[in-house]
Amino acid sequence: MNLATKDIKHNFGRFVLTSAGIGLLLMVVMGMGGIYRGIVEDAVTLVERIGADLWVVQKNTRGPFAEISRIPRDLEDGVLTVPGVESTHGFVSHTVQRDYKGKSLRLTIQGLSWPLDKGLWLPKAAGRGLTQAHYELVADKSSRLQVGDKLPLGKEIFTVKGLTKGMISQAGDSMAFMTLDDAQAVQFDLSPESIRIERMARVNRLFNIELGQIQPQMSERAGGPSSGIPALGTSMVSAVLVSVKPGYNIEAVAKHIDAWPDVSVYTKDGQKQLLLQGPADRARRQLGLFRRLLIIVSAIIMALILYTLTLDKLHDIAMLKLIGAKNSLILGLIMQQAILLGGIGFCIAYLLGQWIFPYFPRRVVLVRGDLYSLAIIVFVISILASLLGIWRAMRADPSEVLS
Amino acid sequence: MSLSNNNPALQAAGLTKIYGSGHTEVVAVRDVSLSVARGEIVALVGPSGAGKSTLLALLGLIRPPNTGRIIIDETVVFDNHQVKVNVRRFRRQKFGFVFQKANLIPFLTAAENVRLAMEIDDQPARISRRRAMELLEYLGVAERAENLPSMLSGGEEQRVAVARALANRPSLIVADEPTAALDSVHGRQVMELFRKVAHEQNAGVIVVTHDHRALDLFDRTLEMEDGQLRKSHN
Ligand SMILES: Nc1ncnc2c1ncn2[C@@H]1O[C@H](COP(=O)(O)OP(=O)(O)OP(=O)(O)O)[C@@H](O)[C@H]1O
Ligand SMILES: [Mg+2]
Repeated sequence: MNLATKDIKHNFGRFVLTSAGIGLLLMVVMGMGGIYRGIVEDAVTLVERIGADLWVVQKNTRGPFAEISRIPRDLEDGVLTVPGVESTHGFVSHTVQRDYKGKSLRLTIQGLSWPLDKGLWLPKAAGRGLTQAHYELVADKSSRLQVGDKLPLGKEIFTVKGLTKGMISQAGDSMAFMTLDDAQAVQFDLSPESIRIERMARVNRLFNIELGQIQPQMSERAGGPSSGIPALGTSMVSAVLVSVKPGYNIEAVAKHIDAWPDVSVYTKDGQKQLLLQGPADRARRQLGLFRRLLIIVSAIIMALILYTLTLDKLHDIAMLKLIGAKNSLILGLIMQQAILLGGIGFCIAYLLGQWIFPYFPRRVVLVRGDLYSLAIIVFVISILASLLGIWRAMRADPSEVLS
Repeated sequence: MSLSNNNPALQAAGLTKIYGSGHTEVVAVRDVSLSVARGEIVALVGPSGAGKSTLLALLGLIRPPNTGRIIIDETVVFDNHQVKVNVRRFRRQKFGFVFQKANLIPFLTAAENVRLAMEIDDQPARISRRRAMELLEYLGVAERAENLPSMLSGGEEQRVAVARALANRPSLIVADEPTAALDSVHGRQVMELFRKVAHEQNAGVIVVTHDHRALDLFDRTLEMEDGQLRKSHN
């Protein structure tokens, strides 16, 4: 005869409510752990999905995610000459926040090196890749954009050609892919007025130096588009991505490029490490802290619940002692209820989480290992929580029945 | 009548119980000696505050006496400040308890309450289940076996409590005002039950009561006043 389950059956409504409460609490703990994992995974899959063997960035920066990096786009060609390099392409990544259909829309824009890269490698949920060099994009479905949506960015209107799944930036924003040129155009978009002012400033500078006096016809060039002025150099990208030919040692290629005075090079793993140490790290630690606090809070709440349940039964416990029940019976009664409460709470947390986590703004990743360790933690706090009640029960004196 | 009938179920000598200390000190039981034979039913009467409940708690090993000696079934249980046995085990094996309130475990059915007493003494479920039904039948509440205590009347609850007290074939049953919460008809029925139990189960029974109309059912009446036994009838 199991007293714990008999008591629960007798007070079933109360037990269900209590375990539902514990379940909600544990669901939050589980969710926190899942978001923590999500942050790590987002950072790692970003680098993984982009798939480059090496990341060439501005010297001594930890770009392009952890900090800003700017290198000339023509490094694409320079790096290509290094032995062992199979292909290179410029990488541009920046985040825009616009109002779209009355809602705030955040997109982390990645440039694809058209025409080599049409975004066909992206994990697709709907639609297809880019079909032309301009004014098209592929967005992640977490942005709630639909294929065919028309989105004004910069001075142009972009058409959504396809949707990806699971392409989330390390900050939790949806990613969007367009050609490198478009991405740069969006990034460096200036209003007509600021372009006019910039061009006028150039003409003025020209006339302030000797060259302007000698060759006044140059003012026409200076007052035109910046792409037409050779002296202004090429456009900048955040990084150059490198694929290494099979059979070549990636480390050796990296060393070769890293010796150049103007760039730093990271391998795929190095880039993942940077992301985890950098932008993801504080969020990760914050979540870890919250999770630990919540576990402590759950333990305290469970202890109070079990203590109250014990207080309610104190007269019965005194009677059990009076008729000669062993302490182990009473201890078992309280501890089994604690474990049942924790166990059922855990199951409720899991089931509720399965249903509710997909609607969380950040990705929640439930890893089997995390679930197991949480289960063990719940088991341990259930036992710890029952100690207060057990301590009270052990102090109950059989003579209390007489009063 | 069996041979053991004349063996005392209980012998107590020089029992004293003092509550509190200093100026709050109360001597609830003062140098009490008594013995109860197996198969004998004894009434303990006296005014309120005389120390009847306290004496019963001493005899039932619920409270330790300050001085004195208690022998149960020829085993010295308590002697001069020293507990000689595992009291918890002694209580479950040798005693049956009944109080003014039935004190049934509220989340167990009548039958389970009776079985519990046997299961805490490690009786197999198969045996405890059968004996619980037999006892409930013996006490006339078999049809209530599957009911929770909250569904029983006061008299029925008290019968279940008596069944629980009998479960482990105790040598001694101690009952503190078991009929106080019952009307006189049901009260007398319960007292008759105790008499039947004493004689048929060969247990010593000691009952505290204020109901003088039921005293004819007892083999002997002990009167208590101011913590002391006055005299015994019969
Ligand atoms: N736990 C206790 N602490 C202190 N004093 C107590 C305690 N229990 C009983 N007493 C005192 O001991 C004396 C005897 O009490 P007891 O309950 O044994 O009397 P009783 O004969 O059973 O009375 P009643 O007929 O009212 O039940 C009383 O003066 C009472 O106040
Ligand atoms: Mg009393």
